[in-house]
Amino acid sequence: MSAVLQNLVNQPYRHGFVTAIESDVAPKGLNEDTIRMISAKKNEPAWLLEFRLKSYQAWLEMEEPKWSNVHYPKIDFQAISYYAAPKQKPKLRSMDEVDPELLRTFEKLGVPLHERMALAGVAVDVIFDSVSVATTYKHKLAEVGIIFCSMSEAVLEHPEVVQKYLGTVVPTADNYYAALNSAVFTDGSFCFIPKGVKCPMDLSTYFRINTEESGQFERTLIIAEEGASVSYLEGCTAPAFSTNQLHAAVVELVALDNADIKYSTVQNWYAGDENGVGGVYNFVTKRGLAKGVNSRISWTQVETGSAITWKYPSVVLRGDNSVGEFYSVAVTNHHQQADTGTKMIHIGKNTRSTIVSKGISAGQSSNSYRGLVKILPTAANARNYSQCDSMLIGDLCSANTFPYIQVRNDGAKVEHEASTSKIGEDQLFYFAQRGVDAEAAVSMIINGFCKDVFRQLPMEFAVEATKLLGFKLEGSVG
Amino acid sequence: MILHDSKTLLEVRGLCATVNGTSILKGLNFIVKSGEVHAIMGPNGSGKSTFAKVLAGHTAYQITAGQMLFEGRNLLEMAPEARARAGIFLAFQYPIEIPGVGNSQFLRLAYNTLQAERGKDELDPLEFDDLVREKMGLLEMNPEFLDRSVNEGFSGGEKKRNEILQMALLEPKLAILDETDSGLDIDALRVVSKGVNHLAGKDRGIVLVTHYQRLLNYIVPDYVHVMVGGRIVRTGGKELALELEERGYDWIEAETSAEGAL
Repeated sequence: MSAVLQNLVNQPYRHGFVTAIESDVAPKGLNEDTIRMISAKKNEPAWLLEFRLKSYQAWLEMEEPKWSNVHYPKIDFQAISYYAAPKQKPKLRSMDEVDPELLRTFEKLGVPLHERMALAGVAVDVIFDSVSVATTYKHKLAEVGIIFCSMSEAVLEHPEVVQKYLGTVVPTADNYYAALNSAVFTDGSFCFIPKGVKCPMDLSTYFRINTEESGQFERTLIIAEEGASVSYLEGCTAPAFSTNQLHAAVVELVALDNADIKYSTVQNWYAGDENGVGGVYNFVTKRGLAKGVNSRISWTQVETGSAITWKYPSVVLRGDNSVGEFYSVAVTNHHQQADTGTKMIHIGKNTRSTIVSKGISAGQSSNSYRGLVKILPTAANARNYSQCDSMLIGDLCSANTFPYIQVRNDGAKVEHEASTSKIGEDQLFYFAQRGVDAEAAVSMIINGFCKDVFRQLPMEFAVEATKLLGFKLEGSVG
Repeated sequence: MILHDSKTLLEVRGLCATVNGTSILKGLNFIVKSGEVHAIMGPNGSGKSTFAKVLAGHTAYQITAGQMLFEGRNLLEMAPEARARAGIFLAFQYPIEIPGVGNSQFLRLAYNTLQAERGKDELDPLEFDDLVREKMGLLEMNPEFLDRSVNEGFSGGEKKRNEILQMALLEPKLAILDETDSGLDIDALRVVSKGVNHLAGKDRGIVLVTHYQRLLNYIVPDYVHVMVGGRIVRTGGKELALELEERGYDWIEAETSAEGAL
């Protein structure tokens, strides 16, 4: 790799600042008392404390999963603080009451709050460490019966809906990190679209981890009733710390008959420095239940951050004619490790799923696609199409594809395509000879590679993702 | 055309270059003035293609001695993209495929980069489409090439036409064509030559690197150079190419080594 390119690779992380806000941080460590403390701080009903304690018991008996293609030192779960909230007046009535320091942070991050938001027509629920700070547009949405608020608020104000759906898509003991999340989750977003309502704007949440040695355990639940539809956007960043931070979120989606949920993520958590020190461990369970007939759940993710990403947004296709989609771009650089993909579980008749995964590895990173397509005997006439493409930049990185296909119905059609390519010095020379510098060249090649996924993203996100990738990879070619 | 009082575009003096420690160019001298068409011929391995790539700034080659000036500017201090922006164009012998990148998108990026460099207006996709279709007409290219990925799945001849299309769009001051004629059938050769002749003019220089005299029936050079062992050992008019066609390179190599022995 040339010196110029080397320099470009080593650009600092742009979101790596810490906001000096007084935080209410729980002492490190995890036991039943910690859980009772979290539950009490949030004035939760008894059933939710039960839910947490049951999950905690399950978690204690579980083992950390070892099957993924990622390597990291053992996590000391007693060295993590399980609750961190910015100290401020409770119950904010308007944006003016939000701590100005906090607002400046979001400005730095480019979160479009205030009027910019209105222009963009996006409702944002901001999660700062573990507490939802402000939910914009709430009242406007309420007029059409949409509930969009923090999970804490939903638990208090709409307990019957939360209780009905929480843990139904991702059971408490689903996996090690889901169990941990179910025990200690502090906040997250809640979204309920009633029967027949098409959500008039994209709903958006912005997550940010601010405290060192704190874990972020959000819990998101989105329900679209019969004939409802919603597009939900999630963005994530974290400041640069030399220690590793744990992020173990659970996202559950439920789509009833003829409902449509589109969930888009741009994940840019701190990835650690160029030597692999620090960075977020991102162990996330995301799953959608396409419960009703003709329902549709679509995941689109652009994963560029985190030291380790372990994430398989999945769709359980239970309703007849239901549709599941997964569009993913995962980028790793330096010492990042990603093991990400999806699961499409076909149960209903005529169910269809599409998987498009684009993995880009640079530096000494490791990028794995892992996906399961499972066709159950009940899933007559099921179809799946999967396409997994990997791009390598440089000679020290690796890309792996682990597709699992289990078909138990003769009428199923399952297709899988895969490719591996490499950005070479000669391609860059070709661009250079036409006057185009390496940055613009890499950006164009990468965008070409990812365009099938980017075109699934809402416009603002697509623009952001394109910039993010260019920034992330510029000069990483050797 | 050889013009009196035309300015010097390219001046190469005593150029030596190596690749992976192997010496390829060994004291090469070469001058192009604006308006001129030069042909560089020579046996395989004589360093012709290396010279073309060295002019464009390919990083695989180390320059160990000599100098290269383009309009008086030191090329050795210029990155490949800076050379391209200054007006040096290389039509590649083996144009590389760039999957996923649309040809029209690529062409427009290159075009607008140079427009910006020249202080001219950049074109939006619609304006550019008009321009590129006009140029494609000249080269008898099917507009469907615009929608395909750069060079991906193109035949050898299509790739070469795509190179000439880029040259026609970018209007370089110095165009170097590295064996653009090899692998072309007679129709493609005619079309490619038409593109080159269309570009040629008093403000530009053209360097043709070729094995075959037949290209020179279509693009008539002012000078023919013979390259042997990393140096230009003989320079003549267009009739030298005919002589080479008839007699091969052996006699020149023999004369050169005899001179070397003196």
